[in-house]
Amino acid sequence: MSYLVGKNLCGGYGGPDILKDCNIEVAKGEVVVIVGPNGAGKSTAMKAFLGMLQMTGGSITLGGEDIMHMSPQQRVRQGIGFVPQTHNVFTGLTVEENLEMGAFIRDDDISGTMEEIYELFPILKEKRFQAAGELSGGQRQQVAVGRAMMTRPSVLMLDEPTAGVSPIVMDELFDRILEVKARDVAVLMVEQNARQALEIADKGYVLVMGENRFTGTGAELLADNDVRKSFLGG
Amino acid sequence: MPEFIDILNALVLMTNYVILPALTYGSQLALGALGVTLVFGILRFSNFAHGDTMAFGAMVTILITWWFQSMGISFGVLPTALLALPFGIALTAMFLLFTDRYVYRHYRGIGAKPITFVMVSVGVMFVMNGLVRFVIGPQDQRFADGERFIFKAREFKDWSGLAEGLALRSSQVITIVIAIALVAALFWFLQKTKTGKAMRAFSDNENLALLSGIDPDKIVRITWILAAILATVAGVLYGLDKSFKPFVYFQLLLPIFAAAIVGGLGKPVGAIAGGFIIAFSEVAVTYVYKKFLIYLLPTDMEPDSLVQLLATEYKFAVSFVILVLVLLVKPTGLFKGKVV
Repeated sequence: MSYLVGKNLCGGYGGPDILKDCNIEVAKGEVVVIVGPNGAGKSTAMKAFLGMLQMTGGSITLGGEDIMHMSPQQRVRQGIGFVPQTHNVFTGLTVEENLEMGAFIRDDDISGTMEEIYELFPILKEKRFQAAGELSGGQRQQVAVGRAMMTRPSVLMLDEPTAGVSPIVMDELFDRILEVKARDVAVLMVEQNARQALEIADKGYVLVMGENRFTGTGAELLADNDVRKSFLGG
Repeated sequence: MPEFIDILNALVLMTNYVILPALTYGSQLALGALGVTLVFGILRFSNFAHGDTMAFGAMVTILITWWFQSMGISFGVLPTALLALPFGIALTAMFLLFTDRYVYRHYRGIGAKPITFVMVSVGVMFVMNGLVRFVIGPQDQRFADGERFIFKAREFKDWSGLAEGLALRSSQVITIVIAIALVAALFWFLQKTKTGKAMRAFSDNENLALLSGIDPDKIVRITWILAAILATVAGVLYGLDKSFKPFVYFQLLLPIFAAAIVGGLGKPVGAIAGGFIIAFSEVAVTYVYKKFLIYLLPTDMEPDSLVQLLATEYKFAVSFVILVLVLLVKPTGLFKGKVV
């Protein structure tokens, strides 16, 4: 049973619909990747889940509960963690303060969660008193993921987490994302590096023009000739 | 070579006429610039009404001081105004929150551009300016009481045996002590408390702050309250040290903005550094060095002129020149603030 379910999603930014009858589902302990050409509505689909879109139809449920009417902040409280593509850390705050701000809505003791994040990203513990803006691109992405994990979300959404980082850093980030998945979190991400992302994905969606074109396990999509030719560069 | 006693006299002269006044003035500017920089960092506009907020805060405090004085309440050797200060701050904070609720909130709601906010703040400035002059009048007001000097120039001369006197006014000590205490408290708040960190996060990256569940309305309210505290304290200290005249406070806007921009807009540390840079430049450039040089130079090199780089009437040119230079050479300021 999928945990986060978007059914027949239609919506856009106030103009014509960008998403047209789009279906996306993620289960806990699963990595789901949305791939597709530029302008296919990948990030738009993610924004729909976060509540930053004007929806004209469809339904979104989180653990069976309808969250369609909720604001982004309310959805974060309900257990959705989101890592934006850019400007995803507080550059002037230290790594530790970034994590604290991630847990802003929590009133209980956050030290345990913070230890878990440091376990997951050991480099962050080393740099905890350094300003996030002074870190390398890959380390910043770790801060961004760590910040989103501070609310102990059941769903983690990442918008192109590997944009602009080197291939080595990309591999490392994907390893970390698999570790997040191992903690029984539903992971939904949009990726430009489609081939590498599908390799770690349990399920992949290929979106074209805001519609589902292909759906399957990562391996299936990688093996599919049409998908390879059209979207993975042969 | 000048004699040792001459060097001492020159030093005392400089301390009395440049260092002490500039430290005091710098503290006042730093407090004002901190308010400007906080509002800029959080609300993202240059608040032109800040000088008149200082005037408003000082006016309210003066009225309460007079009321206290008429009832025979005094603060011993300290000025009664310090007793009235908390009440002045509270009323100023209420006034700023009122302004935000009925003026600025509307423009936040419609997503107005920063330049619109600046123009709105100019409007608020004129209203406050008029209000202050209407209530208390445009003239000079004196409200300082208590002990005026910690020690007088004559007492220093008798004690040290030097030709030059050094006076330490209580308003100077009060200004510096209160400024240090207030800045320390402000930094503690911004660095250590959850609300303070949330304010810095909001200033750093508004969207991510909203996503993290930080309540923007609360941040805005706290920012105005902090601005009221800083403006009122700065206004009262300036009034105690010099005198209260509404138009002078309006003019203070220039050195205050220069200080905030020199340090880097949005950077509290920068505002403090900027305040002292502006104050020391202003005082040092307008000081008459004749006597100072007579102490230090051989008799045949003594200057005939006043050796004053700039007449005091032109002191605002100093802020202007520094402002222009910084904007030309390093627009982000010393501490890498934001560019307007």
